[in-house]
Amino acid sequence: MPRLITKSPLAGLWPVTHGGVALSEVVLEGITSVAVLPGGQKAVDKTLKPLGVAFPAPGLFSENGALRLVWTGRDQAFLLNGTLACEGAALTDQSDGWACLRLEGAAAADVLARLYPLDLRAAAFPPGRAARAALGHMSSVLMRVEGGFEILVFRSMARSAWTELEHAMQHLAARAGA
Amino acid sequence: MRLTCPLCGERDRREFYYYGADDYLRRPAEGAPAAAWDDYLHNRDNPAGETRDLWYHEAGCGQWLAVMRNTVTHAVLAVDLVAPVAQKRGRK
Ligand SMILES: [Zn+2]
Repeated sequence: MPRLITKSPLAGLWPVTHGGVALSEVVLEGITSVAVLPGGQKAVDKTLKPLGVAFPAPGLFSENGALRLVWTGRDQAFLLNGTLACEGAALTDQSDGWACLRLEGAAAADVLARLYPLDLRAAAFPPGRAARAALGHMSSVLMRVEGGFEILVFRSMARSAWTELEHAMQHLAARAGA
Repeated sequence: MRLTCPLCGERDRREFYYYGADDYLRRPAEGAPAAAWDDYLHNRDNPAGETRDLWYHEAGCGQWLAVMRNTVTHAVLAVDLVAPVAQKRGRK
């Protein structure tokens, strides 16, 4: 039997840096969609408590170590780097459907300002904040983490997202150098 | 134009898909007279003033929103989620 090798969505692309902003892939250990069923919030909260995360209000994420629960819609969140068993929510494995990119550096928000129509300055969008918004024309989940941003995009669009982000980084670096 | 989504906050109009008047939320009951269906499907006011329309937050949370706005001043007066109201009605 052939030995199958798992490939990450951005396998073959190595971290790049332009103008002090670094782009890299984050390999997640599983993504589970947690869609709270009508009347299921209590059961969900009870299940989450020992994990050290709370169901996030809109536009936020909650984390404990590598485990993160990010708001993705009305009564819905994505659990990153973990799994869950709970009667109060419809759980679906999304692990193979998404890619995660990380942007770091002082000018990371300026790079994203070229692609997101959002106010991403630290005062308006501090660590712990999340948004569902379009990266160019791609649906995405944007998270502000310590030191930068992490972005979930559909796996099928991972390389497009990477290319668009790198172009924005290059344009910003060129402008700074002029 | 910007709409303040109750979930996502203030967002650019281009993130939303426009559907039309909120008459679509008031579907006639089964057996309603033909005139009620005619109104529901075809007859729309075209007010110079306040109107309530349905918008879909396509590039954001994926929720249907009912937006009250003024067609004369372009002021956006209220943005509400459709789902909680529709669910409550469904439970009755
Ligand atoms: Zn929204």
